[in-house]
Amino acid sequence: MKKKSKFELIYLTLVMIVLYFPIFYLIYFSFSSGDSMSYFESFTFDHYQALLNDPRLIRIVLDTILLALLASLFATMIGTLGALYIHQVKKKSVRNSLLSLNNILLVSPDVIIGASFLILFTFAGFSLGFYSVLLSHIAFCVPIVVLMILPKLKEINPTLIDAAYDLGASKYKVLSAIILPLITPGILSGFFMALTYSLDDFAVTFFLTGQGFTTLSVEIFSRARRGISLEINALSTLMFLFSLLLVIGYYFLSRYNQNRKINNQKKKVTK
Amino acid sequence: MKLRKNLFMLPYLFWLLLFVILPLILIVVQSLIGTDGQLTLANFVSFFTSGTYLSMTVNSFIYALIVTVITLVISYPVAYILTKLKHSQFFLLLIILPTWINVLLKAYAFIGLFSQSGWINQFLGIFGIGPTQLLFTDFAFIFVASYIEIPFMILPIFNSLKTINGEYIHAANDLGATRFQTFTKVIWPLSLDGVKSGIQSIFIPTLSLFMITRLIGGNRVITLGTAIEQHFLTTMNWGMGSTIGVILMIIMIASMKLTNGSK
Amino acid sequence: MKKLALLSGVILFFCLLLGLGSSALNETPKESGKVLNLYNWGDYIDPSLISEFESETGYHVVYETFDSNESMYTKLKQGSNHYDLTIPSDYMVEKMKNDGLVQPIDKSKLNFLNEMDSSIMGLSYDSQNNYSIPYFYGTLGIVYNDQYVDGAKLQSFTDLWRVDYRHSMMLVDSARDVIGLSLISDGHSLNTTDNSLLKQAKEKLDKLAPNVKAIVADEMKMYMIQNEAAIGVTWSGEAAEMLKNNEHLHYVIPKEGSNLWVDNFVIPKSAQHSDAAYAFMNFMMRPENAAKNSVYLGYSTPNVLAKQELEKTQDPVLAFYPTADQMKHLEVFEDLGQDAVQTYNDLFLEFKMYRN
Repeated sequence: MKKKSKFELIYLTLVMIVLYFPIFYLIYFSFSSGDSMSYFESFTFDHYQALLNDPRLIRIVLDTILLALLASLFATMIGTLGALYIHQVKKKSVRNSLLSLNNILLVSPDVIIGASFLILFTFAGFSLGFYSVLLSHIAFCVPIVVLMILPKLKEINPTLIDAAYDLGASKYKVLSAIILPLITPGILSGFFMALTYSLDDFAVTFFLTGQGFTTLSVEIFSRARRGISLEINALSTLMFLFSLLLVIGYYFLSRYNQNRKINNQKKKVTK
Repeated sequence: MKLRKNLFMLPYLFWLLLFVILPLILIVVQSLIGTDGQLTLANFVSFFTSGTYLSMTVNSFIYALIVTVITLVISYPVAYILTKLKHSQFFLLLIILPTWINVLLKAYAFIGLFSQSGWINQFLGIFGIGPTQLLFTDFAFIFVASYIEIPFMILPIFNSLKTINGEYIHAANDLGATRFQTFTKVIWPLSLDGVKSGIQSIFIPTLSLFMITRLIGGNRVITLGTAIEQHFLTTMNWGMGSTIGVILMIIMIASMKLTNGSK
Repeated sequence: MKKLALLSGVILFFCLLLGLGSSALNETPKESGKVLNLYNWGDYIDPSLISEFESETGYHVVYETFDSNESMYTKLKQGSNHYDLTIPSDYMVEKMKNDGLVQPIDKSKLNFLNEMDSSIMGLSYDSQNNYSIPYFYGTLGIVYNDQYVDGAKLQSFTDLWRVDYRHSMMLVDSARDVIGLSLISDGHSLNTTDNSLLKQAKEKLDKLAPNVKAIVADEMKMYMIQNEAAIGVTWSGEAAEMLKNNEHLHYVIPKEGSNLWVDNFVIPKSAQHSDAAYAFMNFMMRPENAAKNSVYLGYSTPNVLAKQELEKTQDPVLAFYPTADQMKHLEVFEDLGQDAVQTYNDLFLEFKMYRN
């Protein structure tokens, strides 16, 4: 590919700065001894101390992550199967209507999703709480997973699969040895998008949560009545650093893998 | 064999039925129920005869259009540059990372940045530009809305650009195409799918933004989403809320047909 | 395939750890009946009173919050929850009563009723207080910043329309309060259902639009404290919080009258620990506790003895208590029924969209 120019790198850096600026603003004020995000008073760790002494908030964070992980995992499973299904539908009109149905939840306003699920759960006599929220998060995460996987399926060369069948591979074997490895990047990005959607959601959870269960975004919303306390800033800082560590860990892992591959290739060449 | 294959697809079909089709039916039914609990078209009639709702629909369309265009213009080059980087997946994760911080919190950060005594006004003050009203303006709303949507636009475009076979670009270069020609004739058409799904995943959600309209827009910007939220959470007129929802869905299906049909 | 399965396994294991951690932090005693499930507005009680109540009575308080009367109503109506005590506003008490969501209150179990301010009891929404007992009351009024506004010129809702306040005020995001202030400024009732009067009130509001900078909710506190706007129309307790943080701010109850709102204890039908609810009401309305709570939140307590206690120490929170004379001009919201509420909301939406 072409060389990247200086101008391009400057542009990318600029966008990155804008994307991260509000977050650094939040982090900056998590160290302010004041109680709002307007004036920085003096440097302190008080808000972090307060956070550690707030078991309720820590529990909500754990619940939120638990919910997001479970929802994304199940949504990824269902979504992968769905993408495989949609991909093998031959008739174009059926396929297009399946895709449209798939996309409905993706583009519906959260309030509508929340309200319609509330009607649904009420109708079914399902009680509100962790499980209703989990089900709804799985539900609205499925479509994005499907959308992330479909392009990868399209990329697969059909002759590859025909060849495998010709060599006597079973359907299961083709799926597990050829298709799944090829679409793994799609599955992973689907999982990450699902995680993003679930962590980000406020409206759906707001409608569907019941007694004894709440997520971080709902908690932040109800705390906002008094202006958000800087304890929440401290919490966001920690969560941000944690996810940053994960991403950087991923970076080194992928670099390591890449180096190993290159080394292996070199070895082969020298042999 | 046939049966086994179908069993495989059951979870997805089950999801489709239970969480897409059924809620859809419930919303449509709800939209046809008047305040008195009878079946009626009154909600639709009042939507289409009320100047308020119609002009609000037009307004939120204009805002959504502006936000979508700005987001696209900013995101496309980012996605393009990203594909050329060595560890592009890593940088993509860095783009997604800010979305993991709660939206409400980021909105509060923007309030701090935009306020009369905020950083941006202090910065402008250095150049002798007195504190200007930034909050509650169209500018602030469009800026923050685009900020929120940008990662969701970059992702699909990046994915489609990534799949473009490098050989095509080499071939175009070898055939003497200028950089501009390579872009318009090869890269852009091949990345169109990503652009389309980016637009789809931004346009409708922007029509239905609601917290930002109040926090950043000071309710001077009203979107369809604000109206839906009002009807479900404040007025408790679920019939009217569903009606606006149904209309939004129709717009959505139409716009999906439009973007898919132009292939 | 193997890799993906392994990854799923790792994630599930991680979930298990999270689940264990979360349940370890769960403070709610599982078996004992000594629990009070309190469903209250976010930040609407002095937290130290909850711990005092817990150590005094041995009940464990599970505190959950809502952000509007309507969302609380939606949750209770949906069922599948068992809150023992919740705190709706006046008109919502009426609605919940009519929908059968609350149970009658056994007054013999309450020991503070003779200490209650008679002007806050027996109001139209529950004329015998059979279902609801006032927790706090307050007014809708005007906060102004003396750096930008001459307080002597701003004493009534009508004054808001003055041309020199261009682009300088914030209003609460509440249909009935904003249309109500327009109705009051023309001398009409807050509970008007006459469509032509309501239209008139909305047209008058359109003329206010050039003065309005934003229509916001709880964020107004932050904005007013940061001098983002010169004038704000808001509730008394919110105003108290603003005044505490910015010495240039002042609170005015408009001359022509205003809205008097009352938030009340009610016991939902589905409550399982009503004994805890009665114990909690008795504890909270004890004069010294009610006074402490009032100082913390800035709202007015309906307990007369508590108010006297505040008068003894000349507490600044008394500035937010309406005087007997002002009380005469205040009016309480009634539940107007779905149609009228709809009209109010449509007109308010139209006003929000009005641009000039």
